[in-house]
Amino acid sequence: MKMESLYLLVPLAPLAGSLIAGLAGPFIGRTLSHWVTIVGVLVSTIASFVIFNDVMAGNTFDGPVYTWAVVAGLKMEVGFLVDSLTATMMVVVTFVSLMVHVYTIGYMADDPGYQRFFSYISLFTFGMLMLVMSNNFLQLFFGWEAVGLVSYLLIGFWFKRPTAIHANLKAFLVNRVGDFGFVLGIGLIYAWFGTLHYAEVFEAAPALATKAVQFLPGTEWMLMTVICVCLFIGAMGKSAQFPLHVWLPDSMEGPTPISALIHAATMVTAGIFMVARMSPLFELSDAALTFVIVIGAITAFFMGLLGIIQNDIKRVVAYSTLSQLGYMTVALGASAFSAGIFHLMTHAFFKALLFLAAGSVIIGMHHEQDIRRMGGLWRKMPVTWITSLIGSLALIGTPFFAGFYSKDAIILAVEASAKAGHAGATFAYWALLVGVVITAFYSFRMFFLVFHGKPRWGHGGDQGHHHGHDDGHHDEPHESPAVITVPLVLLAIPSVVIGFVAIGGMLFGDYFGGAIFVDAAKHPAMKVLAAHFHGATEMALHSFMTAPFWLDFVGVGLAWFLYLKRPDIPALIQARFQGLYRLLDNKYYLDRINEVVFAGGARRLGAGLWKGGDVALIDGVAVNGSARLIGWVAAASRLLQSGHIYTYAAGMIVGLLVLITLFVTLGVAR
Amino acid sequence: MVSLSWYLGVAALLFAISVVGIFLNRKNLIVLLMAIELMLLAVNINFVAFSHYLGDYHGQVFVFFILTVAAAESAIGLAILVVLFRNLSTISVEELDTLKG
Repeated sequence: MKMESLYLLVPLAPLAGSLIAGLAGPFIGRTLSHWVTIVGVLVSTIASFVIFNDVMAGNTFDGPVYTWAVVAGLKMEVGFLVDSLTATMMVVVTFVSLMVHVYTIGYMADDPGYQRFFSYISLFTFGMLMLVMSNNFLQLFFGWEAVGLVSYLLIGFWFKRPTAIHANLKAFLVNRVGDFGFVLGIGLIYAWFGTLHYAEVFEAAPALATKAVQFLPGTEWMLMTVICVCLFIGAMGKSAQFPLHVWLPDSMEGPTPISALIHAATMVTAGIFMVARMSPLFELSDAALTFVIVIGAITAFFMGLLGIIQNDIKRVVAYSTLSQLGYMTVALGASAFSAGIFHLMTHAFFKALLFLAAGSVIIGMHHEQDIRRMGGLWRKMPVTWITSLIGSLALIGTPFFAGFYSKDAIILAVEASAKAGHAGATFAYWALLVGVVITAFYSFRMFFLVFHGKPRWGHGGDQGHHHGHDDGHHDEPHESPAVITVPLVLLAIPSVVIGFVAIGGMLFGDYFGGAIFVDAAKHPAMKVLAAHFHGATEMALHSFMTAPFWLDFVGVGLAWFLYLKRPDIPALIQARFQGLYRLLDNKYYLDRINEVVFAGGARRLGAGLWKGGDVALIDGVAVNGSARLIGWVAAASRLLQSGHIYTYAAGMIVGLLVLITLFVTLGVAR
Repeated sequence: MVSLSWYLGVAALLFAISVVGIFLNRKNLIVLLMAIELMLLAVNINFVAFSHYLGDYHGQVFVFFILTVAAAESAIGLAILVVLFRNLSTISVEELDTLKG
């Protein structure tokens, strides 16, 4: 088979599955629906692996597939750019998506929207693949919006819950804010480069590197900085970076497989991917990189803190996602694009694993999500327990696990960047280091509360007792069926090994060759790292003597002490630091600020425009005003019409006299 | 010899009197009708005077037309006036202002 038709097959197979399951779902039934979509994604996965091998062999591709429209020199076409970056993303997306598809059979077994759900996740896979395979900004934007749409549909999947509807609306609106920046960025690129094709833009970019543009009179901004910041604002929306992160925790209203696929493993990484793809542009603007690194550091640190006090199992994982996305963003800001993508990949595996494990726990606990009512589950759910442990260890960066390599690489890269004097890097470095403790703490807080300690479910609570009288041992947690545990195991494997296998090639080899561009003279972070790298094993062994490892140790130890050894202490701490707790519980009041400042401001602005603009100006002056003016003129002129003949006659005579006088004296008649 | 200008002067005087009669008169609609008649007569005098002066008799033919029309007009005017008086019990010009805006 020709490679190009294989490229086409990758996004089209899930699309076909989605259409069949979505349009014909009610007729073909549940079983056939899930088979159709799973086969679609499976085909796509296999094709992705084949393409990945082909790319590894050195065959890249950049070309149009279909020209959609040509308007005044602007070519709008569907095209694929397949290089190592794309191939990596394709493999990650299709593999995680496949696991989630299989898992969904078990998780959504009783749901009436079964076919709809499969249709959506396949559609999502299609959108994400179009996004990563794109070779131009238009298609990138199409994929970008497609995944945003599916995310909206899926957060509100249980559309009878008011909270889900609010959550999907919030996600949609916050993403619009980001997309506004993104579209501005794309528009600027088209305005200055005259093309939307990546390769042409990147080629022309260095020539415009020092171009300054006046957007407002009297202010000169560097064009590249403005473009990159605009694009990054888009990434902030999609990848949930502070302050546009507010939608992600709420998106946990969607079903768990979606949280795993969209809000942890793939869609939220679109922003990271985009920035890495745009590395030739970002490399030209130090200011934009500083902006990126600072935003990333804020997200990594402060969102991690919020994870500590959450009690909903999915929300803990959601905040850890936010924090990890912050790590990736910091890596991008430090010009360690490859480290960011590397962390994206490892994170996709272990975060999908953690989410699916959380889903498994939720099913096992009969839709209980509060970790305070769990505990001691390790006996009941051994597979989930082991895989969760692997996921958590990978997340906190235990040596030899996947997360360790990517996270340590980021921390080292930021350290190198800070030493090189890159603005913002020092702040980011410390934020990340403290973030390590926090990550270890909340991950294992959740792990211990769920799987260890005294069981706090079932007969422990009085209310549960009254309920579960007839159900026999319905209260008893149970291990999930094979369709759920098999994906867990399959995801656990890469969560352990992928870092060890891939780090050498991906970070320090020529893996990203032409796909990612780093100006090594200006931003030496990755070069410094490469000089110190002597193989994956050495890196892991060496880490036992470095700060992150011991910080992990402290975090896990603290979690163990507070939640297993002395479970009475956390309540005391909470009582002692009421103010801090309230601040965290309200998520730094960001929702409140958004509500009052932005939503309230928008409403006040709207009310002002309504009262001032519509009611006063348009209705008052333009519409009613012209009517009133005519009324006034008429009222004045009707005074002239007295109804008395003698006044009319007088008028005629006087008028005649005046006219005659004029004609005679001025001689107009001649 | 009475020259043309004398005739014209009389006609102008009559016309002026009738004009003043139209818009100074506030009391009686009949006076108004009479003023109009007077105005037509002033015109007639002009016609006759010019006809004689120019030796052209067409002007005098017009005078007959005007007299006929004026007679018909005052007949209709008086008829309207009678109907008006029956309806409104007044023929005072001052009070007949139903056409005002």
